[in-house]
Amino acid sequence: MTAATEPANPDWTEGGAVIVFQRCNACGAKQYFRRAFCHACGSTELSVLSAEGTGTVYAVSHVTRAPTPEARAHGPYTIVLVDADEGFRLMAHGAHDLAIGDRVSVTFNRFIDGLVPYFERTTS
Amino acid sequence: MSFITGVGLTAFGKHEGSSTLDLMSVAAEQAIADAGLKRDEIDGLVCGYATTMPHIMLATVFAEHFGIRPSYCHAVQVGGATGMAMTMLAHCIVEGGVARNVLVVGGENRLTGQSRDASVQALAQVGHPVYEVPLGPTIPAYYGLVASRYMHEYGVTEEDLAEFAVLMRRHAAEHPGAQFHERITVADVMASKPVASPLKLLDCCPVSDGGAAFVISREPTGAVGVKVRGCAQAHTHQHISAAPALSEFGAEIAIARAKANSGLAIADVRYAAVYDSFTITLAMLLEDLGLAARGEAAARVRAGYFDRNGVMPLNTHGGLMSYGHCGVGGAMAHMVETQLQMTGRAGNRQVKDASIALLHGDGGVLSSHVSMFLERVR
Repeated sequence: MTAATEPANPDWTEGGAVIVFQRCNACGAKQYFRRAFCHACGSTELSVLSAEGTGTVYAVSHVTRAPTPEARAHGPYTIVLVDADEGFRLMAHGAHDLAIGDRVSVTFNRFIDGLVPYFERTTS
Repeated sequence: MSFITGVGLTAFGKHEGSSTLDLMSVAAEQAIADAGLKRDEIDGLVCGYATTMPHIMLATVFAEHFGIRPSYCHAVQVGGATGMAMTMLAHCIVEGGVARNVLVVGGENRLTGQSRDASVQALAQVGHPVYEVPLGPTIPAYYGLVASRYMHEYGVTEEDLAEFAVLMRRHAAEHPGAQFHERITVADVMASKPVASPLKLLDCCPVSDGGAAFVISREPTGAVGVKVRGCAQAHTHQHISAAPALSEFGAEIAIARAKANSGLAIADVRYAAVYDSFTITLAMLLEDLGLAARGEAAARVRAGYFDRNGVMPLNTHGGLMSYGHCGVGGAMAHMVETQLQMTGRAGNRQVKDASIALLHGDGGVLSSHVSMFLERVR
């Protein structure tokens, strides 16, 4: 059974407050960059799933020199790579004090003219 | 077989009023003369791209402008790895009998031909247009992410990274064409303006105007031949979000293939020319290539290992970080300097023995890799 190729709701790249990924029904591979087939095995049998928004920080960079006047207007921001608990990696914004290995969970912030995922340390 | 028979290189920095085609032409003219050839003996042309002059047929535009009618001609685009990829392509073209003398040329007025914001934005587009670029990353941010992880896994510090900037500046001081000549210290690097942590201004290469060219020929044209002994590529990803683990990056794959097809080992290498867009790039690549053990490249810099008179002279012209970075021509300067060293023409920068050289280029965010061994033959 082929799952819907589009999620029910738009993900953050389309203005929705959710992170979406794809899982291959044939081989189980996960992918974050949406496409019509599995990058690992080529199958077109993909499920489109919403992520919980939790994960672990893989890498961090605090950006002081922004690329555009629009980005600069937001002041310095922190870019992170997060390994989502579902088994894929994504780039996002994060709190300035994040460190590699931190457990994090997502909210969504306005940035320039869209909504972007913003990770903060999970409070236990 | 193929040989690097001639090289040309402009000074890097500001060339106010010079266009991309002007800078390419100056370097090309030098390289052809250096090879002892005439324009009509150039039957192949390979060129790169220019962010200030986007064109779907840049090689043909250049051929017409420069006044040659090659029988083989097109452009190549692999980001920072373009110079090395063009060299490998020219080698394959010559070995395949398609052309006898291939002109390889790159150049751009990247500094004076556009605003700094335009340059930063153009380069940030190597990121994913939907999943990365809307977050406001820059090339330093992509490499800053890699640096944070590399430092975490291998215990490298910011002071360690700073050593590479200091080394490149020390080498550039000896080259009149370099963009920067003022000596710097580790403290200067540490105190420089933050850009994208852990990278600071002096961890980053500058934006430059400049041009570089060389000729790859079927036979040597001078007394000393610089032969392409072996080369290989590896392409593991485009975007940093989709990159493999650090231990599976492409440099290690490319160098393993180049060692296998050249029959050479790292122990044979006497001179190294390694892509150095950022201090982290150089540190990682040296360790990936086996020119230093994991996490130990900085210690080798401190011990003078990569100095002009050291065991493994490295980027003696000052590299991207201090000779400068004009785009495609930036990493081509590494090849020009290597050829000068191998033919004993590096003047006050001449190393004792450059009989076998290892060159390595990287494009994207450590996405595309080209490794090459050159050997001096008489």
